[in-house]
Amino acid sequence: MEEGLLHAVQGFMYPNEVELQWSILIVLYPFTTGLVAGAFILASLERVFNVQAVKPTYRLALLSALAFLLVAPLPLQLHLGHPERSLEMYLTPHTSSAMAMFGFIYLWYLMGVLVLEIWLDYRKDMVLLARSETGWKKTLYRVLTLGVDNISEESLRIDDKLGRFITIVGIPSAFLLHGYVGFIFGSVKANPWWSTPVMPIVFLFSAIVSGIALVLLMYMLVCFLKGIPIDMPCVDTIARYLMYAFLIDFSLEMLDLIHRIYEADESFKSLDFMAHTQLYTSQIIVQIIFGTIVPISMLAFIQVVKLSEAARKGIYVLAGLLTLMGIFAMRWNVVIGGQLFSKSFLGYTTYKMAFATKEGLLPAILLMILPFGILWVLVKVLPPFEEEKAAV
Amino acid sequence: MAGLFAAGVVLFLILKAVLVPKGFGVYGHYRAGALADNRVRAPRFAGRSACIECHTDERDAWKGGKHAGVGCEACHGALAKHAEDPSASNAFKPDPNTICFTCHLTNAAKPRKFPQIDPKNHFDGGACNGCHSPHAPDKEPKK
Amino acid sequence: MSSDRRDFVLTAGKLLVLTAPAAAYLEAVETGKAEEPAYKMAEHYWGMIVDVDKCIGCGNCVRACKTENDVPVEPYFFRTWVERYHVAEGAEHPDVDSPDGGYSGFPEKYAAGDGAKSFFVPKLCNQCAHSPCTQVCPVGATFESPDGAVLVDKSYCLGCRYCVQACPYGCRFIDPRTKTVDKCNLCYHRITKGLTTACCESCPTGARQLVDLKDPKDPVHDFLRDHKIQVLKPQLATGAKVYYNGLDGSVR
Repeated sequence: MEEGLLHAVQGFMYPNEVELQWSILIVLYPFTTGLVAGAFILASLERVFNVQAVKPTYRLALLSALAFLLVAPLPLQLHLGHPERSLEMYLTPHTSSAMAMFGFIYLWYLMGVLVLEIWLDYRKDMVLLARSETGWKKTLYRVLTLGVDNISEESLRIDDKLGRFITIVGIPSAFLLHGYVGFIFGSVKANPWWSTPVMPIVFLFSAIVSGIALVLLMYMLVCFLKGIPIDMPCVDTIARYLMYAFLIDFSLEMLDLIHRIYEADESFKSLDFMAHTQLYTSQIIVQIIFGTIVPISMLAFIQVVKLSEAARKGIYVLAGLLTLMGIFAMRWNVVIGGQLFSKSFLGYTTYKMAFATKEGLLPAILLMILPFGILWVLVKVLPPFEEEKAAV
Repeated sequence: MAGLFAAGVVLFLILKAVLVPKGFGVYGHYRAGALADNRVRAPRFAGRSACIECHTDERDAWKGGKHAGVGCEACHGALAKHAEDPSASNAFKPDPNTICFTCHLTNAAKPRKFPQIDPKNHFDGGACNGCHSPHAPDKEPKK
Repeated sequence: MSSDRRDFVLTAGKLLVLTAPAAAYLEAVETGKAEEPAYKMAEHYWGMIVDVDKCIGCGNCVRACKTENDVPVEPYFFRTWVERYHVAEGAEHPDVDSPDGGYSGFPEKYAAGDGAKSFFVPKLCNQCAHSPCTQVCPVGATFESPDGAVLVDKSYCLGCRYCVQACPYGCRFIDPRTKTVDKCNLCYHRITKGLTTACCESCPTGARQLVDLKDPKDPVHDFLRDHKIQVLKPQLATGAKVYYNGLDGSVR
């Protein structure tokens, strides 16, 4: 493969740099953890900040977050040269390495925040379902309740207080879950495309944007599939938050860009050339124009001009999809873009993505479909909407 | 839930005590055995001091000439096997018209003071060791 | 203690003490030469000097390294390589090439007398004292040894490639056969036996020289004092221990 790559090298690259180290799978990882963090932040809007309008999406947001979090480590495992040695990250974590923190942050967030919060919120429903269902479903729900089947007022109030506490702790945990990924890139002084203090913050805000867009789309889809009417004040509120988060995210990215252009340090010419050639389509066209400016404009337009419900729904779907595409492109541009240029600032290589190999496009597509499959199962086992709650 | 969590922590600590490799952390955040692992390879180049133990004639010629700074294996290749058991593996005698040009073929990037030649202008097409003794190239080869 | 036990302990102790010199004696007799003194890490601190003015781009070092360390030849990966710089007067940036890392030398591609400055620069792992690659390894599979070499623990490496990203000099690669990282380890298996590195051994002009900064008799001390020395990318403060003499400002 390297032989073919040699012909694609422009200018000079250090010999070991010609082949890219981190593939599309490593683009997937920040994308999925971003969705998790963003969905969770949206859910916490209701729980902690009492934004009642978004309540219908609370449970769906948590389930979406869980579905994506379960899939998140898979692209990493596929990428590792020796996935069987992954346990070493838990046994001998090198505390100076941001990557070593992955294992602990992930486990904490999965068990200590997300699973716990979902369990607390659904406990009453699971107990009721355990009583009303039969056969294997009955056993399933009884196992899920972990044997704690007290659903008295007192007990439920404790659940609620605990849940609120977990959510409060969960917000900085969500920040950490995705912020540290930004730090993994932002702290690499060898790579000027990555090395910037705003990287964790940009990652975080783009995560929030993608998570909100995901929940918006999932809510509209699930309602559509179940034949439940969409709560318009809810989606209108979500769309407004999406717009705010997007404006902040865009401003941060533009600030970084303007700063780079102004300072024009030794790497600037090389990076600028790359952004105008190799990365032009994915960065300017896909990420900035269609993935950021167009959705923001659409959402802003709705704030100013009153549109019918049908028109708004259409715009939300389109804006949501464009947003997800734009945030994915942002991850692509960071990860892949950071490896296309030489650290000698004298040359460029190309990323040759295979299709049906361990790190090719096919596993990437499958890994992106998998969370939806998991979510489908979760929604069946733990119904997210009020209308479907079991009778007492 | 709290019970589960506590059990998990205990299990983790036990696993850690059992699974962390011996010698980890002795010199730093790494397995001490890795130092020994990095020393395990058998050298393929013997080093010039090994060669001159036996090849005393070549040594005398070499030490006095312009190639005194050039190691034996720089031209003759990796010879640790030969140094260990001279009868088992025959030393490699390079072809003068290839090996000499490895260094001495003229090239714009070479330091100007370094002796470089353009074969078209230098000799009449014979072998380099027709006029230069390979071990002491400033002298004529032994007849 | 009763006298029996005391006698036993004393005799056993004496015998034990004698086994070490006995073993040494036997080994000396058997192998025909005195036992080599054990290598003590605390007595050494390794680095390298590269004299750019002496490099002739012959590629001996690249070939020797691949032979000595069993580095994959094809497709290509390098523990050490040579770059050729061609700096035209007033040019914004230099023309640099490294055909197959310099493995087969450098075919001439510039016209002589074109007025440009041209030279070769050997590159290798800089054995950084504050190495960014060590800092980012999540599990401790790469490390700075007490004697100054940055080494890789191949049986521990996950192959996550973070260290490859973090190295500013491009000296690391993933060995496709072991799927772990690999890089110049200063021929650790040679220098701990009193030999020099394969690249230094095969360099015909002495452009590359292994140095031991803890050895008072090593010529490195005079060399560093008498020449203007640079390291690569000093602004990144990596504590690089490969010292270049005659390094031009255009070198990346």
